[in-house]
Amino acid sequence: MSTAAGKPTAAIDREHGLELLRQMLRVRRFEEKCVELYSATKIRGFMHLYIGEEAVAVGAVHALRPEDAIVATYREHGHALVRGVSAGSIMAEMYGKMEGCARGRGGSMHLFDAATRFYGGNAIVGGGLPLAVGLALADKLQGRRRVTACFFGDGAVAEGEFHECMNLAALWTLPVLFLCENNRYAMGTAIERYESETDLALKAASYEMTAWSVDGMDVLAVEEAARRAAGEVRDGGRPCFLELRTYRFRAHSMYDPDLYRSKEEIERWKEHDPIPALSARLQAAGLLNDADIEQLEQAISTEIEDAIAFAEAGTLEPVDELTRFVYFEGAAP
Amino acid sequence: MSVAPAKTITYREAMREAIREALLADERVFLMGEDVGAYGGCFGVSRGLLDEFGPERIRDTPLSESAFVGAGIGAAMGGMRPIVEVMTVNFCLLALDQIMNNAATITHMSGGQFAIPLVIRMTTGAGRQVAAQHSHSLEGWLAHIPGLKLLAPATLADARGMLAPALADPNPVLIFEHGSLYNLEGELAADAGAVDIERAAIRRPGGDVTLIAYGGTLPTALSAAEELATGGVEAEVLDLRVLRPLDDRAIVESVMRTHRAVVVDEGWRSGSLAAEVSARIMEQAFYELDAPVARVCSAEVPMPYPRHLEQAALPQPGKVVDEVRRMIGVPADE
Repeated sequence: MSTAAGKPTAAIDREHGLELLRQMLRVRRFEEKCVELYSATKIRGFMHLYIGEEAVAVGAVHALRPEDAIVATYREHGHALVRGVSAGSIMAEMYGKMEGCARGRGGSMHLFDAATRFYGGNAIVGGGLPLAVGLALADKLQGRRRVTACFFGDGAVAEGEFHECMNLAALWTLPVLFLCENNRYAMGTAIERYESETDLALKAASYEMTAWSVDGMDVLAVEEAARRAAGEVRDGGRPCFLELRTYRFRAHSMYDPDLYRSKEEIERWKEHDPIPALSARLQAAGLLNDADIEQLEQAISTEIEDAIAFAEAGTLEPVDELTRFVYFEGAAP
Repeated sequence: MSVAPAKTITYREAMREAIREALLADERVFLMGEDVGAYGGCFGVSRGLLDEFGPERIRDTPLSESAFVGAGIGAAMGGMRPIVEVMTVNFCLLALDQIMNNAATITHMSGGQFAIPLVIRMTTGAGRQVAAQHSHSLEGWLAHIPGLKLLAPATLADARGMLAPALADPNPVLIFEHGSLYNLEGELAADAGAVDIERAAIRRPGGDVTLIAYGGTLPTALSAAEELATGGVEAEVLDLRVLRPLDDRAIVESVMRTHRAVVVDEGWRSGSLAAEVSARIMEQAFYELDAPVARVCSAEVPMPYPRHLEQAALPQPGKVVDEVRRMIGVPADE
């Protein structure tokens, strides 16, 4: 593992660098607030935090265009935020309110937003991959040059659906960008304990698709790789696979006592925290000062407080609407 | 009434005509599944379609049920109208995650944002001596799941006419084709088209008892009704047609006329669709009944290979006749 701060500073545009930093900070602060709200029992159910992994979603989503689609996992608050789903509608969703991005029906693990082509929030490991393959198939059959970005964790690689989908996407040359967020643990089982081959890009490459591994703690590296890969998917009309090597600083979920890894290991990875890494890099290049950071933090704090106020003020769906949306209302678009 | 001349057609051909018509009518429709193309479909339903429509619209898939069923869901969400063929209901077990966790939930989990206009066709049932792993009747299992719609065409008109409204439905629709029906042959109006996919249908009127069946057990119930008629018992045969949502009204109305009901279901008795229908009759027409609802289901055994044991395990007209005679107090031996 190399740190981003240790790399030679490529030319970074100040505005772009600040935007990447702002997005990572938004996700971090949002997740920190979620912990408080969970403890205060405002948010219930299963909740999985993205703290430590922010560079992956921020870098990858910045490589996408508005017409592209995203399929994500149950650890998807960050992806939704960066994609442009409003913090208020995400928070309201976790409050179970009608103003939520899925009307409160999904909760933390099932964020959906048709307007930004955000197709969930899938809580079955590997379950989103076939959907992504199908969305890409629809694009191919209708002659649309769009990318379907499919996020999934390292744990999904052990699922049959992963292998079925790698094969199908490559066989049918479908425009899917597979983004494997390798945080080294399938819930509490370390990758060395469940994979016979831990080089995940190698597995994808065996399905005849371009695949490589990226330092997922370096937002600029992620973004650069995702742009290249998305370009290959869009222009070449074929799938591409990125393994984004990352680490979650928090437990798997709010229920996880985190007994399966050492504090030392976590501390070692925190030295590669993507947020200070980017800050340091921007500061070293003279593109960022303390006042900038203060300003970012202030704006984010206001955004999150507004989101909480929005969720608090939201409405609970009347119980007589319980069985709505089991079937689609109206004709299919 | 149609004025077009009738033509002789098989169930298999009726299904193929329906698929062909759908492909011609809507560019967004395509068929995918194992061996639907070059092979012509495991049961010959799609024979000839690859030549006519080409490999983009008649797509042979790898043996990856989860991937291609899920891809059907994604493609439907992406604006297509996929017809996914899962060779048999037995193999849909390999795609249950996609059927149950995605197809049946996404509309609801997204707060109604996404429609899933998907059709999944599969062969179901036993009777061909293919033993325990290829003889399941799991319609009852799948009918348990809110968010899905289930159809069981048992006639030529339904084989011909259920697909179009299923494709027009914004929800995932599962169509079960009983393997014993493909060679069913008969007359069908040359211009036969779409049928409703909401209502059960009376296939034979009668006032003494209602035989409730679907799919592969419709011929069983009709045959039992014929035999009962020779003894002066007039059975009404109700074809459920739609397994979810069930047409409660048709069931209850028939029972209110006959005051007796026997449910004929190829699924295992415990937790079966027959159990659900019985419960609904009890809930909605208890005081109309002259006898407890009876069920003729498959024996609770993995389907055995030998013909005599398989036949013993399956609902047979004779068992239905015996149930009815017992119910109305006619000695089984007359």
